[in-house]
Amino acid sequence: MNFKHKYFFLFPGLFVLIGILIFPIIFVVRLSLSGWNSYNPGLDYIGLENYIRLFTDDPRFWESFFRLSFLSVTTVILQYVIGFALAHMVWKDIKFKRFFRVLFLVPMMTTPVIMTVIWRTFFHESLGPVNDMLSIFGVAPKWLTDPVIAKFTVIIVEVWQWTPFMFLLLLAGLLSLPKEPFLAAAIDGASPVRKFIYVTFPLMAPISIGAIIIRLIEASKIMDTVYVLTSGGPGTSTETSSFYIFIKGLREFQMGYAASMSFTYLIIMIISLTIIAKVLTKLLLKE
Amino acid sequence: MNKLYIFLKYFFIVVWTVFVVAPFLWALTTSFKDFQSVNGGVTYIPWVDFEPNLEGWKVLIKSPARGGVDIIEPYFNSLFVTCTASLISIILGTLSAYALSRYTFKAGFVKNNDITFFFISQRIMPPIVLSIPFFLFLSSINLLDSLTGLIVVYIVLLMPIAVWIMVDFFNKVPREIDETALIDGCNPYQAFLKVVLPNSIPGLIVAGMFCIIFGWIDFFFAFILTFTEVQLLPVKIVALNSSVTPWWSLSASALVSVAPLIIVAFIVERYLSKGNLSGAIK
Repeated sequence: MNFKHKYFFLFPGLFVLIGILIFPIIFVVRLSLSGWNSYNPGLDYIGLENYIRLFTDDPRFWESFFRLSFLSVTTVILQYVIGFALAHMVWKDIKFKRFFRVLFLVPMMTTPVIMTVIWRTFFHESLGPVNDMLSIFGVAPKWLTDPVIAKFTVIIVEVWQWTPFMFLLLLAGLLSLPKEPFLAAAIDGASPVRKFIYVTFPLMAPISIGAIIIRLIEASKIMDTVYVLTSGGPGTSTETSSFYIFIKGLREFQMGYAASMSFTYLIIMIISLTIIAKVLTKLLLKE
Repeated sequence: MNKLYIFLKYFFIVVWTVFVVAPFLWALTTSFKDFQSVNGGVTYIPWVDFEPNLEGWKVLIKSPARGGVDIIEPYFNSLFVTCTASLISIILGTLSAYALSRYTFKAGFVKNNDITFFFISQRIMPPIVLSIPFFLFLSSINLLDSLTGLIVVYIVLLMPIAVWIMVDFFNKVPREIDETALIDGCNPYQAFLKVVLPNSIPGLIVAGMFCIIFGWIDFFFAFILTFTEVQLLPVKIVALNSSVTPWWSLSASALVSVAPLIIVAFIVERYLSKGNLSGAIK
């Protein structure tokens, strides 16, 4: 089967993708070397000035980046633990199995920003049901306006939204596991806990790595939830990298500087995701 | 031990179910409220706590001039952009995935896996990185604020998903069936169209569902690349949020916009239970 046909199959998709992407990527790099802003739009050449400013004179970018790391790592860990637990529960026969499976999938089918609009009313400090119920205990957390609590509100919404995706990947993985190891464990009379630790979890390790990486990639883009829920506020306490670049680039029109930030951000993302993937593989696949 | 485990299991399932359902229930009750029952304190149960009315739902179809929010046009825009971009992505992605699964490519150090990785790795690209060049690029060719421009951008978002799912799916379709077709005198295109594709329908459906999900729920590009001429549903509803629109019509429009994809949840579950999704994850 080594004809030229193979190129006719591959190339349309490949070239469309490259065709759409090549220009923007080159353009971002070129733009990052220019001082394009709203007073002075144009591709002049100012060398590495933007990068120097970014690395020496912009703590806000790095703060937003660490905040993003905190938010995405926390949400992904929570999603993994909860998603695994849920998938494990509806894996074997349980009453209304299919009902629960569908129900647990539903949040990921809903548009994040639209549900966030609902969450905003849900967490409203005086008119929302959460604080109304909490008032029984005499507490009224400021879900959206307290710098610390607002971060956790973002995490709650992200966990609600994207645990289903983790659940989906992990359940699909569980359903594809071979039966023999479980039979062997049953013959040995292993308890459910031991079965999980010695059979299910090791078998799921490769799938877990895949699912965690996929979710980390998606979580590292957190932006629209934050935009709707808190607009990065109060102050900059929930601002993520994407959101900060968005403000600089498309609100203040400092295109050149925003381009240098987004290029740096992309490179950091690629490097850190590669490292995380390597570390996870080593940790979970050592046996 | 076992009883405790079962108790904890059902307890956890119930807690999570409540958590999943809560915002929907809240939105549903809120959509039937009026000014008094929203602003006069928190109310939950219709007819007991407050008198339900249909005002929130009625304004959805009225034009803005008559005090409505008119989400019909954004609805169809969203539907059109999502479906078109998904269709193009699926067609192109499936062809490429088939090539990557069946043939060997080698150009220098670049091999099949590298090409596959190139496709999939486009998901790593943060939307913000693309948004600035796309913004300037589309405005220079007058495609800013148009459906065409959005479709082009969405293809980049969706094709990696299609390739990712289809490569794994084709890898599970036995090679013998194409080889038999070729021996029977089909050319490779006929073999693909008449033999391989019909055997890949579950994979195509799963890939299609994922493309539709990720197209439909996108807000970011629609938000940056369109303004007034063309509005997609999420942008429209978020815009409602920032103006003074009351909670009841906000809730009603949110529910209307998330409803269609609930059907997708049923389809995905069906294919999940049949084991058609497993290959894609490994």
